[in-house]
Amino acid sequence: MAVPILKQGDVLIASIQSALTDVDLVALRDALVERVASHRTRGVIVDVTSLDVVDSFASRTLRDLAHMIRLRGARTVIVGIQPDVAFAMVQLGLTLEDIPTALDLEEGLAFLSAGRHAR
Amino acid sequence: MRETDKRRQRTGRDETATTLLTELVSHLREYRTDLRQEWAQRITKARLLTAMTEEEVFTEATAVYDQYVEALETGTFEALQAYARNLSERIIPRGVETDEVVGIVLLLRDVLARSLFAKYQHDFSTLNRILDAYEPAANRIANTVAVGFVQERERIIREQQEAIKELSTPVLQVRERLLILPIIGAIDPHRARQLTEQLLHGIRATRGKVVVIDLTGVAAVDSSIANHLVQTVEASRLLGATVIVTGLSPAIAQTLVNIGVDLGKMNTVGDLQGGIEQAERLLGYKVVPIIPEEAAPTRAPH
Repeated sequence: MAVPILKQGDVLIASIQSALTDVDLVALRDALVERVASHRTRGVIVDVTSLDVVDSFASRTLRDLAHMIRLRGARTVIVGIQPDVAFAMVQLGLTLEDIPTALDLEEGLAFLSAGRHAR
Repeated sequence: MRETDKRRQRTGRDETATTLLTELVSHLREYRTDLRQEWAQRITKARLLTAMTEEEVFTEATAVYDQYVEALETGTFEALQAYARNLSERIIPRGVETDEVVGIVLLLRDVLARSLFAKYQHDFSTLNRILDAYEPAANRIANTVAVGFVQERERIIREQQEAIKELSTPVLQVRERLLILPIIGAIDPHRARQLTEQLLHGIRATRGKVVVIDLTGVAAVDSSIANHLVQTVEASRLLGATVIVTGLSPAIAQTLVNIGVDLGKMNTVGDLQGGIEQAERLLGYKVVPIIPEEAAPTRAPH
């Protein structure tokens, strides 16, 4: 299932609506990295609120996505990780170490507009 | 197996057993005042139920005696069971112990058996048959009361455990988007799990942005709990919250260093006050006194 990518000002928002296959995730990564440059985008928000499971592949894809987008000149925020998912991820050692995270979409937008760097 | 044996016994001599029980019950009714009196005296003499006054013991003894006779007569134990539960509910808060409850029921059994001995001492075979009818019923009654008491106690213990569990990890909101999690006392794996769960859901529910975990009240943790704390800090970050850990004891600091914690991930401040101040800075708060310093300590009107 393709993930819709919305444009809000200079921010791209990808809101994941249902569980994604590995192929979907890679497609999402490629689409976002592709569109970052074409819209003079400053930031990307990936909303994972509806994901009940984030496995090692998903976590690595999200990390790669963030790194690639950074190389393309924008920043990425992952928002909406559920409490149980967060703890499960940490127990698996998937801590998304250098990638900014935020509680929800609103927080993610606030974070990007604040223009702060390291958290 | 035992159940079927008992049933066979009961059906085999159903009629005689019933007649004997009826005889027994009428005997107990006839001597109610004396037996009850004697029982209450024996209770006092054995120093049971010392938490209660003599009058209370006598009142309860009367009620138990009547329930006891009724259970013997009808062979149904529901009323007695309910009474035992109710009694337990009343006497447990006053510090009555299990051995006392078992003791008084066994005393009653003893008092009644002695009165039967006295009554039938010249007719040994009738005494035997009366005892055959009396013993199983009396045992069952003793059982019912004791089990009722223990169950009631266990229920209270369970309730208290629940209450302690909920109280043990309060997630408190001290300012808009600032949570504190004071931890006091030893952390076992169960409590650690619960603490993480409450914190992460608390962050989500109150939209917490900065969390201060205060460990001043924790003397030491083992390495698995220390690891769990680090994981909690990282999971909170995944939810978009920053965690500040305060009040680390030397022992905990050593454990954290031993497990090789990445200090870049742990934001620590010496005490809770410093932690809250730093959290306020992160959130953009500035706390200033509402009265100019020279005017203190006289309080300015609002």
